[in-house]
Amino acid sequence: MRHLLSTRDLDLADAIRLLDVAEDMATVSTREVKKLPALRGKTVVNLFFENSTRTRISFEAAAKRLSADVINFSASGSSVAKGESLKDTAQTLAAMGADAVVLRHPSSGAPQSLADSGWIDAGVINAGDGTHEHPTQALLDAFTIRRRMHGAASRGTNLSGVAVTIVGDILHSRVARSNVWLLTTLGAQVTLVAPPTLMPVNMTAWPVEVEYDLDRSLLRTPPSVLMMLRVQAERMSGDFFPNTREYSRRWGLDDERLGRLPEDTIVMHPGPMNRGLEISAAAADSARSTVREQVTNGVSVRMAALYLLLAGERLSPPTPTSRMRATT
Amino acid sequence: MSARIVLQAADITRAVTRIAHEIVEANRGGDDLLLLGIPTRGVPLAQRLHAEIRRIEGSDAKAQVGALDVTLYRDDLGSNPTRTPHPTNMPLSIDGMTVVLVDDVLYSGRTIRAALDALSDLGRPRAVRLAVLVDRGHREFPIRADFVGKNLPSSSKERINVRLTEADGDEYVSIEGRAHGEAGTGDGSR
Repeated sequence: MRHLLSTRDLDLADAIRLLDVAEDMATVSTREVKKLPALRGKTVVNLFFENSTRTRISFEAAAKRLSADVINFSASGSSVAKGESLKDTAQTLAAMGADAVVLRHPSSGAPQSLADSGWIDAGVINAGDGTHEHPTQALLDAFTIRRRMHGAASRGTNLSGVAVTIVGDILHSRVARSNVWLLTTLGAQVTLVAPPTLMPVNMTAWPVEVEYDLDRSLLRTPPSVLMMLRVQAERMSGDFFPNTREYSRRWGLDDERLGRLPEDTIVMHPGPMNRGLEISAAAADSARSTVREQVTNGVSVRMAALYLLLAGERLSPPTPTSRMRATT
Repeated sequence: MSARIVLQAADITRAVTRIAHEIVEANRGGDDLLLLGIPTRGVPLAQRLHAEIRRIEGSDAKAQVGALDVTLYRDDLGSNPTRTPHPTNMPLSIDGMTVVLVDDVLYSGRTIRAALDALSDLGRPRAVRLAVLVDRGHREFPIRADFVGKNLPSSSKERINVRLTEADGDEYVSIEGRAHGEAGTGDGSR
């Protein structure tokens, strides 16, 4: 695997391999010495053009547990704020010898541009680009679901037969997009629920069920996994719903809806949560909530991605079609 | 390319039985004994040794068996295609235990070096021993095996294949490469 840009590029074998390696990484995180020498001497740059704390520290923890050196670069207060282009920034990082760039960018497709550009030879991991994709979030969600379903026997399993309902701002959500591709590749059935104003137009190419009414959706397809998305105030330039109370009443997971869920349904949220808006405090703190597990699993999944990107020999010159290769 | 079988299934069984006896003798019983197989073929070998030790010492023998993956500790990760790690399975803390590492072939010693690094991240065993089915020589580290099934002096141009029922469906050890008469001609046979 040379880059991790989108979950749409991952086939079933790639996805399961990544999740299985994450299982190995997760066992390391339970040890007293939570460190592996696998990426010693490699340099990972966290290049963040958008504010993010949890994703950045998760990548930082992942890289450090693999003994890589980490350089954090955030756009605010840097040369980018002075007007430097992505190209110049990338070439600066290349000159410093970066082996991997973890890129978060407000523009959809920025990681793809960087990976295809030839400005830098490093592996590129998409840590969220505009409203396009956030592949490591989807991988950690799939990992969390798999662990809740299969426990210690998760290795090698897919998600066939799992019904996942994703509720909220689908229009702006890169988490939803990455999850749609990855979870369907893994065999899950995905239902998207949102107010019509927050649902993308023309969804015919999406392998999902689309619903506008949460209660009807919960009745028609009782989910094994209910994923609540954050209402992203910073991306809402227009009026997508009348007010937050109405949103909460119709599309939020309140205590009443929580009580109606099937007994073994798990509740997920990519964080940060708006308690009382898309998810009630009782739902967020209940035993079926996986919010904290998701954070823990995020480190394992990112370790797996960094390992698969960086540990093997780098093919030089890079071929654009290079994929994960079979191992001995 | 010629493959010559050097150990048949029955030879492997006899070697495992003998090593099990040697381990029990050296350890004065099965107490505080932890057999750790190195994936892939070290794992079934460790399980066979464990079963044999239980047969010798009785089913209340305290010896334990597990698996120790060393992929993430290898020193050649950067010069090979990405290796996928295997599961590590540690039945209990290794602190104070006598750990016996079990592998199929001992060659350069680099796998065992990685295993020693991995062990030191897991705890502090009382002692670490090494059991291998085949020792083929050509060490690149000051490492030797305590228990050896078969010493098989070989050329580095030859290839040793260990096949075990659990991993491969059939069972033998063969040596291939460098046919007779070709000896000493040097390069290019593999």
